[in-house]
Amino acid sequence: MRHLLAIEELERADVERIMERARSFAEVGRRDIKKVPTLRGRTIVSLFYESSTRTSSSFELAAKRLSADVVSVKSTGSSVDKGESLKDTIATLSAYSPEAIVIRHPHAGAAKLVTQWTEASVVNAGDGKHEHPSQALLDAYTLLERLDSLEGKRIWIVGDVLHSRVARSCAQCFRMMGAEVTVCGPPTLIPRGIAEEFGCAVAYELDRLGEADVVYALRMQRERMTESFVPSIREYAANYQIDSRRLGPRQLLMHPGPVNRGVELSPEVLDGPASLVTAQVESGLVVRMAILYEVLAGGGEPREGARPDPSLSAPTPIGEPA
Amino acid sequence: MSLELRPISALDWRGTEAQPAGDLVVRAARVVCPREGIDAGHDLVVRDGEIAELTAPGAAEVDGAEVIEAEGLAVFPAFFDPHVHLRTPGHEDKEDVETGSRAAAAGGFCGIVAMANTAPPVDNAAHVAALREQARKQAAVPTGFMATVTAGMRGGELAEMADLAAAGAVGFSDDGLPIASARVLRRALSYQRLVGLPIALHEEDPELSAGGWMHEGAVSAALGIGGIPSVSESTMIARDCALAAFEDARIHVQHLSARESVEAIEAAKAAGVRVTCEATPHHLVLTDEEVRSLDSRFKMNPPLRSEADREALIDALRSGTIDCIATDHAPHTTNEKEVPFEAAAMGVTGLETAFSVVYTELVRPGVLGLGTVVERLGAGAEALGFVPSRIAPGAEANLALVDLEAEWEAGAEGWESRSENSCFAGRRLHGRVLTTVAAGRVAYRQRSFAMGVA
Repeated sequence: MRHLLAIEELERADVERIMERARSFAEVGRRDIKKVPTLRGRTIVSLFYESSTRTSSSFELAAKRLSADVVSVKSTGSSVDKGESLKDTIATLSAYSPEAIVIRHPHAGAAKLVTQWTEASVVNAGDGKHEHPSQALLDAYTLLERLDSLEGKRIWIVGDVLHSRVARSCAQCFRMMGAEVTVCGPPTLIPRGIAEEFGCAVAYELDRLGEADVVYALRMQRERMTESFVPSIREYAANYQIDSRRLGPRQLLMHPGPVNRGVELSPEVLDGPASLVTAQVESGLVVRMAILYEVLAGGGEPREGARPDPSLSAPTPIGEPA
Repeated sequence: MSLELRPISALDWRGTEAQPAGDLVVRAARVVCPREGIDAGHDLVVRDGEIAELTAPGAAEVDGAEVIEAEGLAVFPAFFDPHVHLRTPGHEDKEDVETGSRAAAAGGFCGIVAMANTAPPVDNAAHVAALREQARKQAAVPTGFMATVTAGMRGGELAEMADLAAAGAVGFSDDGLPIASARVLRRALSYQRLVGLPIALHEEDPELSAGGWMHEGAVSAALGIGGIPSVSESTMIARDCALAAFEDARIHVQHLSARESVEAIEAAKAAGVRVTCEATPHHLVLTDEEVRSLDSRFKMNPPLRSEADREALIDALRSGTIDCIATDHAPHTTNEKEVPFEAAAMGVTGLETAFSVVYTELVRPGVLGLGTVVERLGAGAEALGFVPSRIAPGAEANLALVDLEAEWEAGAEGWESRSENSCFAGRRLHGRVLTTVAAGRVAYRQRSFAMGVA
């Protein structure tokens, strides 16, 4: 795989290969020395046009665990602040000949566009409200650590689906892995046509939430009520908050973070035994290691414009100490 | 108020000064003129800017006239585009009168009307006069200029419409923006009784379209891009048709994109409202499925809509509910398009591909008749108060010579327009305009044809 741009472009075999690789990196994470030399000498640029804590830090740490050199660029305080176009920023950063660019951008398709302007592999760390493929992959991994398989599992994605790239990537990823997906939220926040696009069910109430094996709550932006999507945060919480009354004992709870405590999740379920929120963050590291491995050393079709020196481009096998 | 139709050559262009109307014989062409009910082989004789006679193929007297050997080629009445953007003043990096009118000539158009959303907008008489002067020096085909309906295109106070009409504006439009206030539009429609020029409307309820960058539907749901619902267009059309009826005004609705809009126009026409409307080649040929590529060339306003919308537009064009094809030729710089979809400028060029696209995608597969398409590509003239081109003795010699068998790749040889943002670039197209004649003067010759190797 040359780039990771969208779940929509992946096959189930791609997802399974990444899961398997992540498992092997999880084993590395249990050693005393958690670093492997796999991507030694490779340069990875992390370019974030939106604020992020967990995605940027986990990609950065994943790259370091693989012994890559990481350059982090944030839009604030950089040339982006001075009005530089995305194309020119990519040209500038590409002059350092990075092997990969991890990019988060407020607009759909930004990562895909970047592939036209660089020789580097491009990893989409969130493009507008379109996709967030690494999040979906780490969520699938988190579930597979507990459920063995997603085949036939019922997953409810609850909240502001309209504005959520996580919902779009997860719905497609879970479906691809065999799960039955229901998206649930106020009708104003469920886009028309999403059921046929993603092959999922749509619900506007939580009354059948009990059928779910997994409840995936989305972040509810407080500004949504000023745009008349919901009358008030209070009414939203009354109808859609996942709390201990609504969440059954055998149901798993997920959330992409950051959580609005008391809005989409009640504190007791967030901190309770069903919550996988911390496990999701842990998975983020190994899955992102696996993603970087996949695009930089995973084989598949040969990379166009790859550097000719084989000693530089051949990856060191996993597991050898750095 | 009945509108007196004016000849297209009453518009400003450099033709009259740059070259006298020499005699011209188009030899043995297939002459297609739906208005005259002609589709047959003829020689066509042009004299003093007018069509002098149609004779049997090979029968016309040459007698010192320039001869265009047109055996195997088709001749149509040249097209008229009621909706283009020439971007001058303010955005000459995108287009100007010379490049835009050259693109029109290359597309077989003998007349165009430029919108007023320039920087600054065309909202005063001096501005109109300056543009007309520029057209007399630079325009390759007769070119008219719209003035804004509202001062500064701000949607508030009216522009000095009578003054603008006296200065030679051909009509009024705030195109690019809707006139959101029903009160303001009502006043403009009432004032039309004094001014007597058409008012063309960009129909969009900004409350409903806010935050949207593409058609609201399954594709926008999948892409997570804000949607522009069809009703943002159709509800405004219904409102404005009601206002036009109330004021007994005459309106031209620009760039229909949605099935619901077609229904609103149908209802208004059935009720006797004096409304004409247009559709663009891209809305007739493409749908929002193109946007899945996230290619900013497919970003325009109104947006590409669903297949059901496209089919409704085609049916309406066939039936005449939609009066004419207009390109909404909207040049932008490469910079404004080499960005993510949501950040890109809205609009695409269209003059150089209009006929070929519609011919390739709709006429050749048998969806629309050639005669219907030729008629609708000319009917924009009438909608804005001009005599539509026709091929008959005594008519103004506005001709498009087309090789219907020619195949070409859009954009492969570059563009006459200064802008490259065509949503059809790279497509194989059938039917190529070889020569355009406006008021008896050759306004365009396709290069290879001019060199005799076509």
